[in-house]
Amino acid sequence: MSKRMGKQTIKFDSPPSIIATASTVGPKEGKGPLASYFDVVLHDPLWGEDSWEKAESKIVRKTIERVIEKAHLTPEDINYIFAGDLLNQLTASTFGIRGLNIPFFGLFGACSTMSESMSLGAMVIDGGFADYVVAEASSHFCGSEKQFRFPLELGTQRPLTASWTVTGSGAVVLAKNGTGPYITHVTTGKIVDLGIKDPNNMGAAMAPAAADTIITHFQDTGRSPEDYDLIITGDLGSIGKELTLELVRRSNYDIEKVFSDCGIEIFDPVTQDTHAGGSGCGCSAVTFAGYLYKEMQNNKWNRILFIPTGALMSPGSTQQGESIPGIAHAVVIDNKWA
Amino acid sequence: MDYIKAFIVGGIICVIGQLLIDKTKLMSGRILVLFVTLGAALHGIGLYEPIVKFAGAGATVPLPGFGYALAKGAIEEVEKVGLRGAFTGGLKATAAGITAAIVFAYLSALIFNPKAKE
Amino acid sequence: MDQMQDMKKEYEQLVEKVSPKSNTVRDCARAFWVGGLICTIGELITNIIKSFGYNQDEASMLTTITLVFLGILLTGLDIYDSIGKYAGAGSIVPITGFANSMVSPAIEFKKEGYVFGVGARMFTIAGPVIVYGVIASVIVGIIHYFI
Repeated sequence: MSKRMGKQTIKFDSPPSIIATASTVGPKEGKGPLASYFDVVLHDPLWGEDSWEKAESKIVRKTIERVIEKAHLTPEDINYIFAGDLLNQLTASTFGIRGLNIPFFGLFGACSTMSESMSLGAMVIDGGFADYVVAEASSHFCGSEKQFRFPLELGTQRPLTASWTVTGSGAVVLAKNGTGPYITHVTTGKIVDLGIKDPNNMGAAMAPAAADTIITHFQDTGRSPEDYDLIITGDLGSIGKELTLELVRRSNYDIEKVFSDCGIEIFDPVTQDTHAGGSGCGCSAVTFAGYLYKEMQNNKWNRILFIPTGALMSPGSTQQGESIPGIAHAVVIDNKWA
Repeated sequence: MDYIKAFIVGGIICVIGQLLIDKTKLMSGRILVLFVTLGAALHGIGLYEPIVKFAGAGATVPLPGFGYALAKGAIEEVEKVGLRGAFTGGLKATAAGITAAIVFAYLSALIFNPKAKE
Repeated sequence: MDQMQDMKKEYEQLVEKVSPKSNTVRDCARAFWVGGLICTIGELITNIIKSFGYNQDEASMLTTITLVFLGILLTGLDIYDSIGKYAGAGSIVPITGFANSMVSPAIEFKKEGYVFGVGARMFTIAGPVIVYGVIASVIVGIIHYFI
C-alpha cells in the first residue's frame, strides 16, 4: 500500500518516535521567554573558541553528544546524522560532527533545515534503513551576520522588518521503537517565489512557501486546522506570520486560533529589541527541542504541525538582482498514532 | 557662530542620507557612493566651495566633503602640471585621510576583537 | 505567466500594507543632531589646530586624520555600532563612518589572517567609495583641463 498521500505528503506505516532532544543556546536566547526550556545556555557566544564558526561547530558537537546521551545510547548506536547550518559549505556542521564517526548526510535548507533533517530521518527509519537517527540544525548570530550581512562593529540600522539570527543548536534522536511523540506525516515543501527581493524582510519572502505547504498538507491529508493543537512555523516573524495567515485564509483555511511561530516565541520583542523576531536554522531547532517537545510530553499539545521555513538565497544572488525563494517543510508530531 | 553653521549644514546633509535610507531601498554603501560622487560633481561645477566657505566642517566632514576634496585636488593639480594632474591630484589631496584610515584600521585589527551584539 | 505576474504584484501590495515602517521623523531628528554634532566637533578641532599656527588646508587635513582616528577608536571599543544604531545616517555620512566601515571588517575578518582577512576585507565597504570618488575626481579634472 502506498505511503504517499496527495501531492507532497507521506504517511508512515510505523511512525518513528522522538525519544530524546537536546538544545544549546547563546546568551540572548537565554534571556528570552523560553530560557528555562533549554539544556545549556552559554554566557560566551564564542564558548572559549577562536572564531564564531568554530564556536558553532563546538555547539553542534556538544548538542549531538548530549542528545545521544539523553537517549541512553552511544555514538555507535546511531545509524545516521542528518544535519545542517547556514554557513558556506556547512562548515559548522562538518567540523562539529567530524570526530563522531557516524555516517553523515549534510543538508542545506536554510532555516527550514530542522524539518528537512527530521523528515529525512523519519523516512529512513520508517523505510527500514535505520534504527536510530540524529536530526539536528544550528545557527550562530555572529557567524551569519559576518557571512550574509555586515561586520558586527559596523554602525548600521536594522529595519523593523529584520529578524535576529538565533545562536543555538537543537537535536533529536529518532527511534524505530518507542512510545512517542511520533512523527506520523511529512509534507515536503516545494520552492515558492513571489518576487520579494528585500533581504531585510525574510518573513515576507518565506510566507508564500509556508502558506503553500500548509494548504497542500491539508489538501493531501484531508485534515483541517481543527485537527491540530498547534501549527507552528520556523521563523516567519511577526510580519511573515500575518502574511501567511492571510494567504492561507484565501484558500479557505483559518488557522489563526492555533497558529504561532518559533521566531515570535523565542525572543521578547519589547525587551530584546529583535524587531520581527528570531530566525536561523537554530530558531526552530532549539524551540522544538526545548519548548515544543517538553510541552508535548506535558500534554499541553497532543498533535502539532511543525513547519520550519527557509529563505533560499546567498549574498551573491541578491546582489545579482534575484528575488528570494522560500521553502517550508512540515512534519506532524503526534503523541499517539492510530 | 561657526559652530552653529557647521552643526546645521552637517546635520542637513545627514538628514538627506537618512531620508534615502528610510524611504528608498538603497543600501548604505550605495548612498555613500552617491554622496561622494555628488560632492565631486558639485565642486566640478563650483557649487560646493560656497557651502564649504559658509559651513566649514559642516561641509567637509560629511562624505560629500570627501568627494569635494578629491575633486579640488584634481583641479588644483591640473592647474599646476596639466592633464596628468587629473590622475594624480585626487589621491594626493586626500592621502592623509586614506592613509590614516588604513594604518589605524590595521592597528585596531591587531588590538581589538569583534564583540557579539546583545 | 501573466497570472504569476499578477500574483507577485498583489503579494507585493499585501507586504507593503503589513510591513511596519520606521519612524522617519524621529530617525531624521536623530541623524540631524548626531551628524551635526560630529561636524561641530570637527570645526572645533580645526580651530584648535589653527590656533597652533597651521593654515586652513593643513588644519583641515589634520582634522580629517583626527576624526578618522576617533571613528576607529570608538569602533574598536565597541561603541560606534551603538551610535550607528541610534543615529543612522548621522553616523554613516560623516568621515567617522567611513573610518568605521574600514575598521569593522578588518577586525571581523582577523580570523582569516592578516593578508586575506584584515588586508583584503578592509575595503569591502569603503572600496566603492574610494573607487567612485577617485573616478569622479579624474573626470572633473579632465573636464577642467579642457575648459
